[in-house]
Amino acid sequence: MNKIALFFFAVWSFFVVVRLALNWDANEMIFYKILSDPSTDAWLGRDDYGRSILARLIDGLINSLTIVFIVTLVASSIGIIIGVVAGYFGGKIDQLISYFINLFMSFPGILLAIAFAAILSPGKLNLIIALSIGSWVSYARLARAQTLITKNCDYVKASKTMGSNDFWILKKHILPALQTPLLVEGTYSVAGLIIAEASLSFLGLGIQAPEASLGGMMRDSVRFLLVSPHYAIFVGASIMSLVYCINATGDFLHKYWNVEIIHDR
Amino acid sequence: MKNNLAFEVFYLVLQIFGIFTISFILLHLVPGDPILVMLGESSTISDRVALRESLGLDQPLFQQLYHSLRGIFQGDFGVSIFSQQPVAQLITEAIKNTYVLAITSLMITLTFGLTAGFFAAKNQGQWLDKWISNSSLFFISIPHFFLGPLLILLFSIFLGWLPVSGMSGFNSIILPALTLALGLLAVTIKMTRNCMVDLMNSDVVRTARAKGLSEWSVMIHHVFRLVLIPIVTLLGMQFGSLLSGAVITETIFSWDGIGKLLVDSIQTRDYPITQACILLIATSYVCINFLTEILYQFIDPRMRHS
Repeated sequence: MNKIALFFFAVWSFFVVVRLALNWDANEMIFYKILSDPSTDAWLGRDDYGRSILARLIDGLINSLTIVFIVTLVASSIGIIIGVVAGYFGGKIDQLISYFINLFMSFPGILLAIAFAAILSPGKLNLIIALSIGSWVSYARLARAQTLITKNCDYVKASKTMGSNDFWILKKHILPALQTPLLVEGTYSVAGLIIAEASLSFLGLGIQAPEASLGGMMRDSVRFLLVSPHYAIFVGASIMSLVYCINATGDFLHKYWNVEIIHDR
Repeated sequence: MKNNLAFEVFYLVLQIFGIFTISFILLHLVPGDPILVMLGESSTISDRVALRESLGLDQPLFQQLYHSLRGIFQGDFGVSIFSQQPVAQLITEAIKNTYVLAITSLMITLTFGLTAGFFAAKNQGQWLDKWISNSSLFFISIPHFFLGPLLILLFSIFLGWLPVSGMSGFNSIILPALTLALGLLAVTIKMTRNCMVDLMNSDVVRTARAKGLSEWSVMIHHVFRLVLIPIVTLLGMQFGSLLSGAVITETIFSWDGIGKLLVDSIQTRDYPITQACILLIATSYVCINFLTEILYQFIDPRMRHS
């Protein structure tokens, strides 16, 4: 795997472990140290409330990843069920589902997420709903295409001839065949979701203060660019390094399993 | 072709209608009472009932939908809850600013993207090509909310050339337009370069050269025209990311466009503005997609005859 990505990955995991082991308090405020430069007690300096930036970054990372994990779980389950049903049963159901897939496909996920977050008013649950609405389509599309391919394979046809029912075929043949392409697709979409979540929190539509979030910190840091530019640079660079790591993992899995990601069929 | 166009216009209207209905129903189904937000918790019940009646919020959902649809056809988007100004006026002002910003960044993207892609392809494999490829990789992966602050740091605080934010004078458009453009620019450069490299080894170009055309005329008449096809598709497809980027960029640079209006209206719970903004953003996105398709048929004759 990519060495730079491994390095970032090691740094992030080290700090997460340290955070969990030492149980830092990300909300501890030291008012006479507001916006101070990096020092031994706060390695990346302190923010506008005198809180340690590093501690908040790690907390923000954990919060963002939790949200992204839940969204991935929700979006992929919905997407896979819809995609498999459309691909396997075909006919009228497939036409109807394909219409909806195309309708959602015609909008970029992040725009959909912003629109729905705007309608649904800020909050954690609504953030999850908005991001899921923006991201189930890619899973559905992939699952549908992959199901169509697998359905026409000889071993599935043989199984059908031998009297297997639909449930058995779906469980034993279709779903296992979906595993690897969906894992690769999922990894890439996690990277996109981190940016989307950060964007929404940046706009004040995501995780609400005082809870730490990567996007929320970015938003705060922009207000103090003049006084403490390191704040914005640290937060921005951490988001970028995180996304880079995940994309590199996606590339690695893509090559390792040698999968083909097919969307259209 | 004609039937096709009519069908697509019909589909476009259907899409806009669908967006409106879905956002309308969701906005009204979400828990949280706009009346309570407007009057505050301490208001009397009779005041609430009176306001609800005067805004028509006591009618069934279906009737409300009908009324606001009729209003929109008459150009009436309602009144802002917060500032009491007509929404239509606020929105036209904002969309104008957003389009100025979006078109400026599209211009930057097209001019520099095609030029840089052209030179990268001409100097294939040399240092210029590698440098352009590597730096565009950086700009593809940087999110808007980080690029904006970085540009402010560099050009406003460190060099002191440009204003940090606001909308005063020509200089203040440069940074937001760059923030929006750089990501798209990087993609455009990459695409232009790869397309041109492919084309320069193609039969079309070989034939043109064999005919004895000058290098310049081969580039302009053959390579450039064919490169435009994927670039137009790309820019049309990326318009959505331009719009969502505009929401973030306008917030960073206090640019009074539709994105900033949307974010501000959400924070003040100004429902009529929120809804109008979403409708407008979605509508312009759908319309741009439609125009791209039309433009595509003009540039690529094969699309017209198929």
